[in-house]
Amino acid sequence: MNGIHDLGGLMGFGPVDAEKNEPVFHEDWQRRIFALNMASLAFLGPVDRARHAIERMDPLEYLATSYYEHWIAAILTLAKDLGYLTDEEIETGRAGHRKPTPHPAPNAAMIEGLIRGGMPANRDDSRTQPLLEIGAKVRARNLEISGHTRLARYVRGKPGVVTAYHGHHVFPDTVAHDQGEHPQALYTVRFEARELWGENVTRRDCVYIDLWEPYLVPLHEGP
Amino acid sequence: MSEHDDSHHGAAASRARRSDRSDEHNRDLTERVARIESLLIQKGLVDKAALDKLVDIYEHDLGPMNGAKVIARAWVDPAYKRRLLENATAAIAELGFGGLQGEHMVVVENTPRVHNVVVCTLCSCYPWPVLGLPPTWYKDAAYRSRVVIDPRSILAEFGTTLEEDVEVRVWDSSAEIRYLVLPQRPENTEHLSEEQLAKLIDRESMIGVRKVRRS
Repeated sequence: MNGIHDLGGLMGFGPVDAEKNEPVFHEDWQRRIFALNMASLAFLGPVDRARHAIERMDPLEYLATSYYEHWIAAILTLAKDLGYLTDEEIETGRAGHRKPTPHPAPNAAMIEGLIRGGMPANRDDSRTQPLLEIGAKVRARNLEISGHTRLARYVRGKPGVVTAYHGHHVFPDTVAHDQGEHPQALYTVRFEARELWGENVTRRDCVYIDLWEPYLVPLHEGP
Repeated sequence: MSEHDDSHHGAAASRARRSDRSDEHNRDLTERVARIESLLIQKGLVDKAALDKLVDIYEHDLGPMNGAKVIARAWVDPAYKRRLLENATAAIAELGFGGLQGEHMVVVENTPRVHNVVVCTLCSCYPWPVLGLPPTWYKDAAYRSRVVIDPRSILAEFGTTLEEDVEVRVWDSSAEIRYLVLPQRPENTEHLSEEQLAKLIDRESMIGVRKVRRS
């Protein structure tokens, strides 16, 4: 979706405000909501679904609230969407109905195992071959996508060059919407500053961004 | 933007940048999060000990000290550096680091000609096993919006100036690939041990907004 989260290339947000010796958490509620979101992955589902819950925040609220307030929004939206919590329960703090979960709540050892082991996103087997070669000239497709996507707006329609292939990875556009993992070839694509930002740009900076095959078309030179 | 120093100021989003909230706002958030925690525990959806374990790991075990060990090793061991640039996930695992948000690591090397800097414009993706949880500025709109279009102005705000002919490469972590910058080793550090070198390496240098300085 063309959401407020898709910030790349916007101007006017002011200087970067870097705090010296910043603690991991500033407030205890940040600790708790971080842990709650992570522990809830077991029943709330894939990370792209959580990202999309944040993308669906009211845009003014998104900008006016801090990172861990976004995580409060994410867990509440998902828990309500999936029927684990109701508005009334959230208001009162009193648990009403109880929906059975697919798995028991992960205990501390399971959580530690998840953190140390990770959740790889690649789904490679011998059948998965990339269509594009390293060095291939491509164009990021210009697509209207109303749901979750990682095709950042600032690269849509722009030409670039494939610099790496990372195997086939879970496709965010479907997995965020319960439509399956549909693994797709994942590439890194290099875009020149002038192509991204305008013909008057003289800087020789560039952006490398990871894009799945359905986001790309081969670019043929000439007519 | 970079021609006008004051053009970054006066933005309306300053409220979102601050990590310090008013006491009243914090009380409100504290109560709201406590209600969510209590509900999820009552419903058997989360386990209290698991929550405490999560906080403990991310507050104490994971942080930029892990990444600093990886970088220091690469500086003193050319064979390790080759492995790190070829297969970062495996090379980082050699030092005992890996897992969630570090399943697919790529290390990008700074040289006299190329300077790398990492961002996630769409959310705040970050290599947790080697850098821990990201600092507030990395997650804020100011950094995420501007570093792709005007990286040199961001670097300047961190006190980093580069020659015109240095190529700045911005890595936007839009998938589950996580990037770590291998900064240049400062000059006149030949006498330092791997442990002493690791102490010079900070989080900012591994995101790519700062260079590593001697002492």
